[in-house]
Amino acid sequence: MRINCRRIVGGVGIGRALITNQPINFLTMIDTNRGVIHDQFHELFGESIKNVILIFPNAIGSSVGAYSIYSLRLNGVAPLSMICSKKTDITTASGCAISNIPVVELIEPHMVSLVKAGSYIMVNADEGVITAS
Amino acid sequence: MYLTKDEEKAIKGESGETIALAYRILLAIGEATDAEKLVPIEWAHVSGVNYNTIGDAGVRFLEEFSNDARTSVKTTINPMGFDRRRIQDLHDERFILKQMAIVKSYERIGAIPSFTCIPYEIFDIPPKGTFISFSESNAAVFSNSLLGLLTNKESALSALASSVIGKTPYSDLRMDSFRHPKIAIKPDFDLSTELDYGLLGYFAGKVVSESCVAFEGSNGSPSLIKSKALCAGIGTSGSCGMFTMSKNSSCKEVISCGNEEISTIKDELNTSEDGDIIAFGSPQLGMNELNLISQLVEHKKFTKRCMIFCPRSINIQATMNGITKKIEKAGAEFICDCCICLTPLITKENADSVITNSVKAAYYLNRSNKLTVALKDLENIMVDYTEAR
Repeated sequence: MRINCRRIVGGVGIGRALITNQPINFLTMIDTNRGVIHDQFHELFGESIKNVILIFPNAIGSSVGAYSIYSLRLNGVAPLSMICSKKTDITTASGCAISNIPVVELIEPHMVSLVKAGSYIMVNADEGVITAS
Repeated sequence: MYLTKDEEKAIKGESGETIALAYRILLAIGEATDAEKLVPIEWAHVSGVNYNTIGDAGVRFLEEFSNDARTSVKTTINPMGFDRRRIQDLHDERFILKQMAIVKSYERIGAIPSFTCIPYEIFDIPPKGTFISFSESNAAVFSNSLLGLLTNKESALSALASSVIGKTPYSDLRMDSFRHPKIAIKPDFDLSTELDYGLLGYFAGKVVSESCVAFEGSNGSPSLIKSKALCAGIGTSGSCGMFTMSKNSSCKEVISCGNEEISTIKDELNTSEDGDIIAFGSPQLGMNELNLISQLVEHKKFTKRCMIFCPRSINIQATMNGITKKIEKAGAEFICDCCICLTPLITKENADSVITNSVKAAYYLNRSNKLTVALKDLENIMVDYTEAR
């Protein structure tokens, strides 16, 4: 199955899909040393974002969340790629731009429901295509 | 996004790797916000100064970036982690060294060492309609909504990139068409104190994902102290970067914010009945608030430790006209260069719980510093925690 998307930061990533419908505050919700979501109010509480394809609506809150994304990268616990299912925000775009993490935005947001949590997917930001099994 | 030939050359590295990196950031946020082109800015205000917010990754990035990067427009910066003139307050040499490395990087780049999150109360304001790039969220919301300046809610990195390149994507809240809200919030509770405005803002940020929101039913702009609380609340919880205020908006979608909604927000943020320390200053306090506090503490003293966070320049001004002395007489202490959010000066070691009137402080003290918070409005705090001297 192929899903059309728009390139925000170029590159290619293959990994398991970790999906949430809740926005993420990268500064306060993530332990950047371990790459684990440690906000007990978030539905992904306790989940690792290391080497996954992170599918989330958009980032919220602090503007320094961009550095948190870079921390994840330097600590080796960053997602392989990010997919914004609603609207890519400036924090995600800029944090991923300096971390070389491919980012795409879905052209039709409802297509996110076709991706199975935990399944392998490939994000090709340069060609604007997500391939899901 | 359309790039000129010179911009394309720069992104390919013809002007050096640092300039190319700054352009790559602008290109990514330009794509994210569907920008058509880059436009010149006159002022960048950059967040990501406190070591507790950007960590070792930030220290490393800024050290490398500042080797070549130089600001091309007026650039002011957010608070750092502690007061440079009260280093003895912080018994953490590692933090001090890391923090000073960050300060050095920003100074090398050419930023004004303002260490403030309220640049709008300190620096000259450009004419309405001027493009700026502000990443401190309360300052972005304030500038858009109350000063008529044009900025998106930038990230620490995008404002930094714009300070060097002197440009920003022409998109979203920089375009007139996005500055007319489609969703309105109608306050349907007793909206009177600055805390109420903070809670309203926090609610708005949570429920509105558009860039601009309208508040209905109010008569004109609230006071500066209430406006600051509203802006900080909006900036903390969501992605919204601007508000308008009028008796009636023409929005088709109107969301009511009543007692039930406010008590849900309060349940989330008000995590304690009482506290060990009183903290004012998120956003940092300006002359307006210091004046008010000095009047309220006349002939009185605080019954708990009271920390007041304000910019150095405001502190100097308040000292010149005697306000600092009046407040210090009541036992409060002034802390400059930093603010409540993520400061290492308020931790579990010196307090279990903090009393504050700031919704933004409550959020960060709880989520990042892992402390509980008693949220009360300023006047109530003054009644509950002062006694005759």
